[in-house]
Amino acid sequence: MISQMSPGTPRTAYRKIWESHIASGDPDSRALMYIDLHLVHEVTSAQAFNGLRAEGRRVRRPDLTLAVMDHTVPTWERSRPTPDPIAAEQLRQLAENCRAAEVPLLDLHHRRQGIVHVIGPELGLIQPGMTVVCGDSHTSTLGAFGALAFGIGTSEVEQVLATQSLWQAPATTLEIRVDGELPIGVTAKDMALAIIGRVGVAGAQGTVVEYRGSAVRALSMEGRLTLCNLTIEAGARAGLVSADQTTVNYLAGRAASPTGAEFELAAAAWRSYATDEGAEFDRTVVIDAAELVPHVTWGTNPGMVAQVTGRIPRLSDFHTELERQQAVRALDYMGLSEGTAIEEISVDRVFIGSCTNGRLEDLREAAAIAAGGRVHSTVRAMVVPGSQTVKRAAEAEGLDRIFTQAGFEWREPGCSMCLGMNPDVLGSGERCASTSNRNFEGRQGAGGRTHLVSPSMAAAAALHGHFVDVRQLHRAPLAPVG
Amino acid sequence: MEAFTVHEGLCAALSRNDVDTDQIIPKQFLKRTDRDSYGDAGFFSWRYDEAGNPRADFQLNDPAYQGASILVTGNNFGCGSSREHAVWALTGMGFRAVIAPSFADIFAANSLQNGFLPVQLSPTLVAQLRERAERRDGYRLAIDLRDQQVRDGGGVIAEFVIDPFWRECLLSGRDPIAMALSREEGIAAFEATRPRWSPRTTTAGLFS
Repeated sequence: MISQMSPGTPRTAYRKIWESHIASGDPDSRALMYIDLHLVHEVTSAQAFNGLRAEGRRVRRPDLTLAVMDHTVPTWERSRPTPDPIAAEQLRQLAENCRAAEVPLLDLHHRRQGIVHVIGPELGLIQPGMTVVCGDSHTSTLGAFGALAFGIGTSEVEQVLATQSLWQAPATTLEIRVDGELPIGVTAKDMALAIIGRVGVAGAQGTVVEYRGSAVRALSMEGRLTLCNLTIEAGARAGLVSADQTTVNYLAGRAASPTGAEFELAAAAWRSYATDEGAEFDRTVVIDAAELVPHVTWGTNPGMVAQVTGRIPRLSDFHTELERQQAVRALDYMGLSEGTAIEEISVDRVFIGSCTNGRLEDLREAAAIAAGGRVHSTVRAMVVPGSQTVKRAAEAEGLDRIFTQAGFEWREPGCSMCLGMNPDVLGSGERCASTSNRNFEGRQGAGGRTHLVSPSMAAAAALHGHFVDVRQLHRAPLAPVG
Repeated sequence: MEAFTVHEGLCAALSRNDVDTDQIIPKQFLKRTDRDSYGDAGFFSWRYDEAGNPRADFQLNDPAYQGASILVTGNNFGCGSSREHAVWALTGMGFRAVIAPSFADIFAANSLQNGFLPVQLSPTLVAQLRERAERRDGYRLAIDLRDQQVRDGGGVIAEFVIDPFWRECLLSGRDPIAMALSREEGIAAFEATRPRWSPRTTTAGLFS
């Protein structure tokens, strides 16, 4: 990262970050890109540390590395030992690896513990113009800060530990412009699901997406984090929002942010990474925010999505034989029929949390719907804050009591039922309204059926026992249910 | 890393688009800390029924594909989670290469890191190759990284494109980490330009 970008030909934020991070090589073919921050968790790091040891290599920059326990941690009764002995051994190895390499670790009892993509922003560790990687595909979340953030595999984790750099080729750029104003009851999650539905799950392959337009500018940092989080579900390498006043305001006063005169210097540098007026993108997709509605996925990838007021597509709507077969398999797995109205689909479970929607604003949004209501008698609903910091803040404003009084479980932070690596899993055949990011087969538990929705849509489904259009609830105050 | 020059082997078809890494290696196997115990776990939920018996309706369980080392599949293979375990599962099952119209970016990078070759060909051509493999009569291909060709008994079928950096790494077995370490001067020079306020994770009081 250099201190400030110099003016010249208009460039995109991506191109500025890429060109300014080349430690060696040619920006137009392949180069060694410096990594400003490396986030590490238990599931994708053990083999990387083993590889370092086998080669007699050291962690080059423990001071640019942060580890956290999030994927397998229990969200209940954390004072007891982790119930799964294999998961416990993996957690033990992370602690030992971090101790030996002097990498800071937020373990499962730390007051700043949380989902890796939630804690970085809270601490102010993610700043515009930075390059950030983590052995986790949802690292795209952090592009919300106008940073270049992306997920990597374990071999690349090993390389970053050893060299603080990665071999990269330049990406193409995709501008997704959302103009206008989001209607009440329609959130960043719905915007993201609508985009994936439009672009497709492979539609952004090889690209770095930049979200632009007045509806994106109007999003809070938390909304931008949700939007960038789901970029990977369109197949993109990364997604970002150029830094603006919202970004700078969010970073002011954060633990890792500079202070005083240095903050002003930093803020000027951060802004200089924003896409220049007149910069060209390889492709552009334009979406009208005013036309967006709440979305619900019906199938087994995030591109299989419908408007809440709509229906599951007919098999005749699919063009190729492979697509039709894929839809047949998805409907069979999901236990659904073509043409079914989304609001007729009932749910057994509700999960509110994850790196997609586990931040304070998400919990407020869900609590606004849950307040005064009652979880439907046939539904089990849980709320899992994204971090200890989120949990404390939510409790300070009484959100935990709103949830528990309505019959939701209020749990400890972690990835939880987003991927079911801890005891929070769906049973076979159970149907879940989930604020997470993937509705893949078995993701939340073998045989489990996932429908991705926004936090308010999930809360509404919890109260009613089936999907409802949350915009109706926003117009009229929620009548007591059950 | 594992070198790759030319590989000749039996093709198995997996006739699906958007095969995600959660299917290639389900989450319950990600708590292990080794790189080589995932072959039996590959495609676990598609491959075995609840009792642990192979499902007859899963393509890769077909006895005709016994010993297959080239997977021919659909668009966007390896999408979703960054888990490198997906590649370790495929190599553990005996695959050395996968042919598809497109691959998820992280999956392709993970594959190359393990000397497991992702070969991208046109959708039309991949559909033809898949159909040949679906005949289950021992269709074989040779994938030659030296001249970037795919051949069968009838001769050259296609040429494929691969990043020259990775082609060189795979042909020579050169380790990308060692190559990066050899650029120490560039890395150190870059570090000297970082602003003083760049965040560090070891700053006192950061996590208070």
